[in-house]
Amino acid sequence: MKSATAENQPVLARGMKMILIAILAFAGVLFASPAMADTVGDEYETKILGNVKNEGTPLQGVKIIVEGNGYTAEVVTDADGKWSIGVPEAGSYLITLVEDTLPEGIAVLEGGATQTVEWGFTNTVVWNFFIGEGERNPTSQLDQFFMRVFAGLNFGLLLGLAAIGLSLVFGTTALPNFAHGEMVTMGALFTLFLTLAGVPLLLSFPLAVALSALFGWGLDAAVWAPLRARGVGIVQLMIVSIGLSLTFRYITQAFLGGGTEQLPGALGSPEIPIFRTVSLSVNDLVSMGVSLVVLIGFAFWLLRSKMGKATRAVSDNADLAAASGIDVDRVIRVVWIMAGGLAGLAGILWAYFRPGLKWDMGEKILLFIFAAGVLGGLGTAFGAFVGAMIVGVLIETSAQFIPSDLKYVGALVVMIVILLFRPQGILGRRERIG
Amino acid sequence: MDINSIFINTAQALFSPVTIAFAMAALGLAIHFGFVGLLNFGIAGFMAVGAYGYAISTLTFGFPWWAAFLAAMAASAVFAVILGIPTLQLRGDYLAIVTIAAAEIVRLLLLSTTWIETTGSADGLVAYADGFRSINPFPDGTYGFGPWSYTANQFWVLIFALIVLAVSAFLLWRLVKSPWGRVIKGIREDEDAVRALGKNVFAYKMQALVVGGIVAGLGGALYVLPSSANPMLFATSLTFFVWTALLLGGAATVFGPLLGAVIFWVLQAFLGSLLPAMAEAGLLGALSSAQAGALRFVLVGILLVVIVIVRPQGIVGDKRELTFVRK
Repeated sequence: MKSATAENQPVLARGMKMILIAILAFAGVLFASPAMADTVGDEYETKILGNVKNEGTPLQGVKIIVEGNGYTAEVVTDADGKWSIGVPEAGSYLITLVEDTLPEGIAVLEGGATQTVEWGFTNTVVWNFFIGEGERNPTSQLDQFFMRVFAGLNFGLLLGLAAIGLSLVFGTTALPNFAHGEMVTMGALFTLFLTLAGVPLLLSFPLAVALSALFGWGLDAAVWAPLRARGVGIVQLMIVSIGLSLTFRYITQAFLGGGTEQLPGALGSPEIPIFRTVSLSVNDLVSMGVSLVVLIGFAFWLLRSKMGKATRAVSDNADLAAASGIDVDRVIRVVWIMAGGLAGLAGILWAYFRPGLKWDMGEKILLFIFAAGVLGGLGTAFGAFVGAMIVGVLIETSAQFIPSDLKYVGALVVMIVILLFRPQGILGRRERIG
Repeated sequence: MDINSIFINTAQALFSPVTIAFAMAALGLAIHFGFVGLLNFGIAGFMAVGAYGYAISTLTFGFPWWAAFLAAMAASAVFAVILGIPTLQLRGDYLAIVTIAAAEIVRLLLLSTTWIETTGSADGLVAYADGFRSINPFPDGTYGFGPWSYTANQFWVLIFALIVLAVSAFLLWRLVKSPWGRVIKGIREDEDAVRALGKNVFAYKMQALVVGGIVAGLGGALYVLPSSANPMLFATSLTFFVWTALLLGGAATVFGPLLGAVIFWVLQAFLGSLLPAMAEAGLLGALSSAQAGALRFVLVGILLVVIVIVRPQGIVGDKRELTFVRK
């Protein structure tokens, strides 16, 4: 398929672009009305609940927001000041009491308006805010923003690991791989199986990454290389990747069931204060460190090693690379191995970030991997990294300004808007899209 | 193993509102993908817009049933236009990514608690079918025979859905045979050639996106007509299942999507009854019946891979009509 070039782009369409953006901008304002439920997430067994009272008087209409592990929910207290939020798993959540919904002069007195929920050994945790007459902490907005930026950086780094693989596969084979989410799931899954089989945790991480790389190699050897050799069209290949995605996702469900599993040490990781009110758990710090080291190492490989240079050459122009003596098929094989390994690592880190391992976790992250890739420019490794950081930080920080369960919508809308104005992405080149 | 109940479940899938809704969605997708070559991976979004267009206009605005159907069609058309403006100029693979994202945006918006009074958030919407049931021409009782046995309400939904499907399929069949249909097929084959003939390719693509979108939106309304609407129904898997049904039957045909949807759901019902029964009888090793149920979707994935490689034109399609097979 070919796209319209700038000359014959209908004038109408260009004008309508502006209208569309206006619609997107105003939609939020027009339809935003207060939520009224005092109970959400009834379908989950694990619950956070509480009671908002000021000196014994129940406060109605106070908004409570829970977010974390890729899940967000908000409720408004009922006439007795009560609220209840069901959550998918007993993980770490940020819980916020929106102080603007408290009566005049009342504030959260201890712990700040945003707190981290700690779980005991039951399925239900009672979380009450200590409120009373007092000054609202004027810097809490700023502190909240910093906390969100750090959470976003953490998510962005692991998203970057996954997005680079997707982007390089696209660059070298022109395939948007819709099964990339399942390659992410595999990393976490391999880790779970290895630890269940009695392999020590620290050994099971590199083993799981190696297995994920092997999985990438296997996909290319068994499916993609033969199809390339047959000259199968790109649309067919995309549909094949969708078929593979369904296959692996439901195989995972068949063997793992529909529930959430935890990797060892995923819960109860101690928090370390960084600055102001920002504190990160040991898991978060290790995760960010590992991501950074791997990303920098990968960048060096891409820039300095012979194979890395060949990869960039094939990504730029496969025919030209082949003509200058590069074994394109070998490069593509290496790219699949790398993509598998990086996606697997991202999967492990994501299972700790959420925390939890679920059969459809890959499907949940796939669109954000794509958003990161498209934002940075599909086919460029560094673009994918930049895109991932933007998407990660954007998702987390936007929740401060829009309803928190719409924060994922924001990232997807930004991706579409970017495609309107700069379809080649931030670091991509113009000809890539047409 | 209860052979009889497996047979009944399978036979019922032959004529069920879900099968018909799928056939409608696949029909809309056939216009998008089969006839114009638009790689729309957001068909679940169109269905969601149609379904909620119907339910919300009934519950929130008190529309009578026929106006609610019109509202569902209008909502799908508007969604098609909003989606088409930024995306129709993109290359196929980018179009795929954007449409899949757009469908997910719709689902997340419906899932959000921000508009819970209107959308029902995760609980979805129920009890909007009273108006439709009140015009049921069939008196109370049981209709049909053998495995196809329905209450008056079920029978009315089924007959109505069949009529909508028949009318839509007939209209689309006339449409693709018309001069308009020849132009959109021309766009699929060679966009620049059609442009050289002085046709406004963007406008034709947009019209096709709207027409297919309306049909898919009606499919969404029929999908939720018997019981309830819920955002979980419209996950990306739904898009891929509709694609499987479409490619199975034949993408560039009108009859293919109908056949594909029927085969898809009959197979789903058959495996959905057979696999858990086999697991209970201990024929699948250590798998529980719930785990065995997931295996049928594994087979869907494998089926999708096999069709698109071995027989991309589908069961009734013509290989010469498949631009997407060429590079």
